[in-house]
Amino acid sequence: MMFKPFRTGLVSALALAGAVSAAQADGSLTVAMQLEPPHLDPTSAAAAAIDSVLYSNVYEGLTRFASDGSVVPGLARSWDISEDGLTYTFHLAEGVTFHDGSAFDAEDVKFSLDRARAEDSTNAQKGLFAAIDTVEVTDPLTVVVTLSKPTGSFLFNMAWGDAVIVAPESADTLQTTPNGTGAFKFADWVQGDRIELVKNPDYWGTPAVLDEATFKFISDPTAAFAAVMAEDVDVFYSFPAPENLPQFDMDPRFKVLAGSTEGETILAMNNKLPPLDDVRVREAVAHAINRQEIIDGAMFGYGTPIGSFFPPHNPDYVDLTGLSDYDPEKSKALLEEAGVTLPVRLKMTLPPPSYARRGGEIIAAQLRQVGIEAQIENVEWAQWLETTFRGKDYGMTIVSHVEPMDIGSLANPDYYTQYDNADFQAVIEELSVTADPAQRSELFKQAQTMLAEDYVAGFLFQMALLTVAKTEVEGLWVNMPTPAVDLTAVHWAN
Amino acid sequence: MSTAVTERSLGAQMLRNRNLLIGGALTVVFAAAALISFLWVPYPVDGVDIANKIKPPSAAHPFGTDHFGRDILSMIMVGARTSIAVAIVAVGIGMLFGVPLGLWAAARKGTLLDEVIMRGNDLVFAFPSLLIAIMITAIFGPSAVNAIIAIGIFNIPVFARLTRSGALALWQRDFILAARVAGKGSARISFEHILPNVANLLIVQGTIQFSLGILAEAGLSYVGLGAQPPIPSWGRMLAESQTMISFAPHMALFPGLAILLTVLGLNLMGDGLRDMFDPKLRRGR
Repeated sequence: MMFKPFRTGLVSALALAGAVSAAQADGSLTVAMQLEPPHLDPTSAAAAAIDSVLYSNVYEGLTRFASDGSVVPGLARSWDISEDGLTYTFHLAEGVTFHDGSAFDAEDVKFSLDRARAEDSTNAQKGLFAAIDTVEVTDPLTVVVTLSKPTGSFLFNMAWGDAVIVAPESADTLQTTPNGTGAFKFADWVQGDRIELVKNPDYWGTPAVLDEATFKFISDPTAAFAAVMAEDVDVFYSFPAPENLPQFDMDPRFKVLAGSTEGETILAMNNKLPPLDDVRVREAVAHAINRQEIIDGAMFGYGTPIGSFFPPHNPDYVDLTGLSDYDPEKSKALLEEAGVTLPVRLKMTLPPPSYARRGGEIIAAQLRQVGIEAQIENVEWAQWLETTFRGKDYGMTIVSHVEPMDIGSLANPDYYTQYDNADFQAVIEELSVTADPAQRSELFKQAQTMLAEDYVAGFLFQMALLTVAKTEVEGLWVNMPTPAVDLTAVHWAN
Repeated sequence: MSTAVTERSLGAQMLRNRNLLIGGALTVVFAAAALISFLWVPYPVDGVDIANKIKPPSAAHPFGTDHFGRDILSMIMVGARTSIAVAIVAVGIGMLFGVPLGLWAAARKGTLLDEVIMRGNDLVFAFPSLLIAIMITAIFGPSAVNAIIAIGIFNIPVFARLTRSGALALWQRDFILAARVAGKGSARISFEHILPNVANLLIVQGTIQFSLGILAEAGLSYVGLGAQPPIPSWGRMLAESQTMISFAPHMALFPGLAILLTVLGLNLMGDGLRDMFDPKLRRGR
């Protein structure tokens, strides 16, 4: 019975831990994530971390994304669209106040939209507002937005974190003291460590269940693992090390939520760099890639294979993985047909995330089988943005494109992929002026097929959103239609 | 005294010197692993075998497999090659530039030239070496070659100082005076009479610098600035195993042990050699 004293000690330690977590369960929640926001104004920066903390929690827009990615009413409770699709009349919610106590009305909407689309606007997604011609206030609860051309995605655009409604009085100080209309109020920001939110008692809609929410920033994957294991955090949003997830899955204290994101992870190829300017060489690369091996090896099984630049959970998705199935023999034949001298040497720059570093090593090994020698160069993000993304000095690279509906970015011939196809550009152009859902769906399918047939990139997999949470935490978003940790419906099970 | 007597006592000393024996044995094991890896490794290290990933040590894979299903024993064998190559060339750079600089400074003791050389050395010494190595690889891009250069540069002042201090004592000796009287120039004296007499010092220091070079290479690879994949490197193996240490400790254990034992072996060997060469400690002369 030499183990007895030890076991008693362990039991009392567990009882103690139970007491602590029960005390926590009353209505506070700690959410951890990797990246800290650079500041707290979603209308003036592209950083996804800002939206992750504040979207829907603190700031709200006319419309908003629901957890399944659909667009639902936000501050605009309903709207009418004219026959020609040019005039949107928004009916706003009543009795809404900003966190500083000032009232919300149609003037704030006009101010926010005009500010975002102004010449000197610092909004990171000005394209969302490009179609707006005028914004008029007809009464305190009604705003009429007139578009210069029909825009099928206008309500979708208004749901983005970049299109939230802010008050004119506080617009200039949002970077340090966010002032929105959401169910949580900003309380404190300890830079480098955490941001604290408290429940907004005067919220106009369904109030939040939690009394307090803390966002903690832990960038190191090893520290992230330790923080979850020690129960220092209740939720880890977008957990950085998929290899640790089986351990959490087996542990009854935790659950692992695997959802979908908008992140198409691709092996981007420089379409203007010889020999990659030859479609046969790009096709050879595509057939040399074994997607399942990459998903298993780099992501430990989390991820869905894709065959084009479109997320599989979208209703307009076409499964084109067959066009670039794993077929090394075909690769060799294509390389021979293209008449390139083997081995083909190509520079492969890899940014820091593990999907890129690990995926790159696996792909390099796969390409070597068919006679393509990928020279790996591991770079930091700043260097990647400078030389690969802006400088286009690369042969191949791996990156996950997380913006929603970003297929149109490939239509830009100056984009880092350097893909220049007038037919594809025409389809994207047509999409931007088409509002009819059936037609849009057809165009999306056309665009996906074109990218797959031109082998613009090695389409690898759709990034999974991996969230680790304590078993008793409920109401979390499983998918990531937009970068957001919406806590408005989150609560403890008991 | 006859040379035979000296040789016998040297051999006997080597056997009596436990540091030298253990250190030498460890060093030989790793050097052999690196050499054998040119001819044969248990499994190829440039391919991936995802189906076999993260297997604990077994008969087929004595050190287990890593997150890409590669055999860790094979990776360590080929990684030894990387470590040894980087360290040898880095020490070589240090000796190639440092030793002549030291000899030159000693021959011109007290002149402006001596000052310039030695203050230049101080300047290089004053910088934290790993930080400069990181800077060099950050500017010129990460690669094994740049790591070698970065580590090598910091070996130069080490050898220059050592050579100078050893040479200064020798310049006072009678046999040097005799050589000067015979009309030999200082360059000839430095290489014909001084260098052979400081060689012992250099070998001991070279062994120590060699172990530091292996550590530095592992450190640079750990932060991603050393040899780039797919070239195996102990430091990178450690970095990659970091998040898996809780369920696959073998992935960190074996490369960690490889670094530890090699550095320990080289240091013991250096100590042993010093004991043997240092006249004050030598018996039976």
